[in-house]
Amino acid sequence: MSQPFRLNKEGLINRNKKISFIFNGKKLFGYEGDTIASALIANGIHLVGRSFKYHRPRGFFGAGVEEPNAKLQVEFNGHSEPNVNATEMELVEGLSATSQNCWPSVNFDIGAINNFLKMFFPAGFYYKTFMWPKSFWYKIYEPFIRKAAGLGVASIEKDKERYEHKFEYCDLLVTGSGPSGLASAYAAAKNGAKVILAEDKPRFGGTLLTDDVSIDNLSGKDWAEKIISELKSMPNVTVKNRSQVFGYYDHNMLVMFERVSDHLEKKSKFTPRQRLWYIRAKETILSTGSIERPIVFGNNDTPGIFLSAAAKEYMKVYGVLVGKKPLIFTNNDSAYETALEFKKNNVEPIILDTREEHSSELIDEAKSKGIDIRFSHGVIVANGYKKVKSAKIGKLNKDKNSFEKIETVDCDCICVSGFWTPSVHLASQSGNKLKYEEKIDAFIPNKKKQHETSVGAANGSFTLEESLKNGFENGSNLSAKITDTKTEIAIPNVNEKKYGAHDKFWCMPLPKNENPKRFVDFQNDVSVSDIEIALREGYRSIEHVKRYTTLGMATDQGRTSNLNGLQLVSNIENKIVPEVGHTTFRPPFTPITIGTIVGREVGMEYMPTRKTPMHEWHEKNNAVFVDAGAWKRPRYYKQGNETLFEASKREAKNVRENVGICDVTTLGKIDIKGPDAAEFLNRVYTNAWMKLPIGKARYGLMLREDGIVMDDGTTTRISENHYHMTTTTAQAANVLSHLEYYLQIVWPELNVNVVSTTEQWAGAAIAGPKSRDMLSKLYPDLDVSNDALPFMGYKEADFFGVPSRIFRISFSGELAYEINVKSDHGMFMWEKMMELGKEFGNQPYGTEALSTLRIEMGHVAGPELDGRTIPSDVSLNGLVSKKKDFIGKNSLGREAFNVESRQKIVGLIPIDRKSSIPEGSHIVQDQNAKLPNPKLGHVSSSCWSVENNNPFSLAIMKDGKNMIGKKFFAVSPLKNKSIEVEVISSHYVDPEGKRVRS
Amino acid sequence: MLYIKCPYCGLRAQKEFSYGGDATVKRPNINEEVSSEDWDNFVYMRKSPRGKHIELWQHIAGCRQWIKVQRDTATHEIFQTAKVTEEIR
Ligand SMILES: [Zn+2]
Repeated sequence: MSQPFRLNKEGLINRNKKISFIFNGKKLFGYEGDTIASALIANGIHLVGRSFKYHRPRGFFGAGVEEPNAKLQVEFNGHSEPNVNATEMELVEGLSATSQNCWPSVNFDIGAINNFLKMFFPAGFYYKTFMWPKSFWYKIYEPFIRKAAGLGVASIEKDKERYEHKFEYCDLLVTGSGPSGLASAYAAAKNGAKVILAEDKPRFGGTLLTDDVSIDNLSGKDWAEKIISELKSMPNVTVKNRSQVFGYYDHNMLVMFERVSDHLEKKSKFTPRQRLWYIRAKETILSTGSIERPIVFGNNDTPGIFLSAAAKEYMKVYGVLVGKKPLIFTNNDSAYETALEFKKNNVEPIILDTREEHSSELIDEAKSKGIDIRFSHGVIVANGYKKVKSAKIGKLNKDKNSFEKIETVDCDCICVSGFWTPSVHLASQSGNKLKYEEKIDAFIPNKKKQHETSVGAANGSFTLEESLKNGFENGSNLSAKITDTKTEIAIPNVNEKKYGAHDKFWCMPLPKNENPKRFVDFQNDVSVSDIEIALREGYRSIEHVKRYTTLGMATDQGRTSNLNGLQLVSNIENKIVPEVGHTTFRPPFTPITIGTIVGREVGMEYMPTRKTPMHEWHEKNNAVFVDAGAWKRPRYYKQGNETLFEASKREAKNVRENVGICDVTTLGKIDIKGPDAAEFLNRVYTNAWMKLPIGKARYGLMLREDGIVMDDGTTTRISENHYHMTTTTAQAANVLSHLEYYLQIVWPELNVNVVSTTEQWAGAAIAGPKSRDMLSKLYPDLDVSNDALPFMGYKEADFFGVPSRIFRISFSGELAYEINVKSDHGMFMWEKMMELGKEFGNQPYGTEALSTLRIEMGHVAGPELDGRTIPSDVSLNGLVSKKKDFIGKNSLGREAFNVESRQKIVGLIPIDRKSSIPEGSHIVQDQNAKLPNPKLGHVSSSCWSVENNNPFSLAIMKDGKNMIGKKFFAVSPLKNKSIEVEVISSHYVDPEGKRVRS
Repeated sequence: MLYIKCPYCGLRAQKEFSYGGDATVKRPNINEEVSSEDWDNFVYMRKSPRGKHIELWQHIAGCRQWIKVQRDTATHEIFQTAKVTEEIR
């Protein structure tokens, strides 16, 4: 149970709580506060995965988001997740992690043969090799690529976890709790601003946790703790750890990914796993810090090679040594701090510094501690396959392009530092035009487009003093503009080591006749030679080089590779880096789970469900539902083993022969009130409305301004200035917006108000020859005779103690009524109808039977009013007034709308009177004609006519009216059917409309 | 997601609004003769400027008022919002 690389005392982990976990089948343990990475390194395990293309052994490289290699398949809390970053995932009891992209095991990976065949895998390999034949893609190439180049495996199990979304507003959002972030948040909080401070890691403080500094005589860590606890006590401040702000969108909307409970062993049922925050911030402080970049050298991807700051973080935060014989390879002073930390823990490092011998505060300290420093030196190539064993190092000549001396030294780890790259991702996402800062060989934010300000290392300020000053000033000034309060804060005294200048050196030359792989991008296996090939083949734009080589395109977004890639391109092209430019940064900054994006919108919560007040009754009576927008409507009521076809036929037939009731609550209903209501309707509808008497309904047709039919429905005059409009279920919302548009913008002089009342009324249609008999039972005291309540009549009456509205309107083409009661009484009404309708043979009918009834009557609906038809196309020109003006009227005169051969609605029946015609079929003259076969029209709606007992369809057909009596083919390539049909009138049943008036 | 200031309700998220096109288009008067050229211009012809654009939005999940928004189509910057009865210049 010993952990050979764990230090005795150092670190911020909780040594009182051991946590056991499994890695590649082996049981290990770590401590509370460990990441998977720190626990594995403590156990001396470095080989964690195989690389993407060449299946080379890979170990840990970083200690946080910058990690390119250590992506694991992790099982915990009952789910399996791929591509988990081992340097970020906290250890929890029972967690089990396995290496990815290796088969049969990480120690022996067959794919590693790619490494020996590397001449076959140059840049653009996939583009070049898998070009042709096309038929090979599906069966041979794609499976091969997927198998060879996969990362982890996505689970196919249902995700049982809970994810949440949260919307938040603040004055100032601070992204990152390093020194500049803490200072900004503190200053803004003191000014009374509403502040959110977000920290990606579990611990607050950023570099203050690892740097050897003091602030106001407190250690960096203690000062961070003091500020955080003060911020937490302030009511205007929200402090969040384990929270990554990953996207910067329009109008200062930032999105944050919070890992709420992945680190918890036990949690309550309702604790979400992760939470997505949408934060609208008036101002944003980007204190995202910087990421160390590597120096490129031979076999620089061998396990045991770390970023120097990561090695220091493992010691100071986790009490873990990444090795006991370290080589420190640097071009700057910051790596000396890592060396000193090793030394403090009784490990003897060797420093290889690419700079010539010189002096600085840190160099002098290292010297005085007796550390072996070799100036003008660097690592040429790392030796060792699954772990670094030694390194060939060289003394560079003055021009740093060849070696004066080469030797091999033993080592078990190499800690490399090629200086620092500000994390400008969020600034760039916000639209900030970055500029190249010569002094630090990196891009920094420059011209802002949104309300964001980068501070500290993210802005290229690498000293603590500058970062704090920067933070306090910006936090104070930005918040003071919002709160109008300015609290003076004394900038604390800082004690830090002064760094000397860094060396602009980023890539080691190779000795003659040696050609080890030198990687620029670890995660996508992009080496120096790959980029050289891309340029040799003519790729110039950095965006093209990126796509051809896949440089920086992996899940780590090239955090450690971008600048070295740019350096390489600019060297070869003989340009300077700013001329090459940088590639676009896009959200998310780090990978986030799909579950978090989806949040609670899964299953029943995927979208709102609208249920009518009679829904429960439908459910109890075996209704099979169909979605109509968000509404659930009964499609048919299943009896025994009935199919949809059988049930809808039975229901429709019963309406034609007896009587049936249908839930029509979902129809859109709009209340229209005001002295100018009639004038308004007269402009909105194509037909005349000025003379509609009180207590009468009228069918109306509405157009868009381009003359296309928008919607149809009936409108009833309830009283002098009060109308009740109905719309189709699908168009209800659009029609309301349409009416509001004209009332608010075009004709504000009309004194009319409109409001949706769809939810206020429950509606039921009673249809069939026996509907009047049934109605008289429902209203025993009311005269419902044809004279008292004629077609298109309207009455208000008491329905067993409940106020109700009776409309004599019909969609089915039968004698029919529609009853509306307040929603709360809907179920009462429905049950009463079922009870009293029994003696007339009443049965409920669903939307399928409803369709059958309207199709064989030739009544148009959505499939005919499809946004392409004008009134005359669908035989509704009788409703178009010639006398008055209305919306869309001027468009009806367009030439194309008036040509003789214009499309028209017709009916179709199959010649064999048996074959159903699939909806969407094309109508053609000759089913065997050469393609493209001229299309004469399309089938819009199909049914089984219960009246005539054979299939019947509606179609929109070129010159339709002149085609009646002719024969064509209705062809559906989708259903692989071709049916010979005869064109007939679209009014298949009761063409004179006698029944509705009977 | 844009942040739009409804002149009636204040700053609200874009998802509460629906877009309604160019606000400078004026419908020919009802019951008045209009040339087919003017009518076609009203129905079909729209500018697609890169830059400042005065457009209509409706606060559908709020007060249901149609409003005017002056927005930069390239940067999404919103310069001004107003009631439809007010002028944006
Ligand atoms: Zn509003």
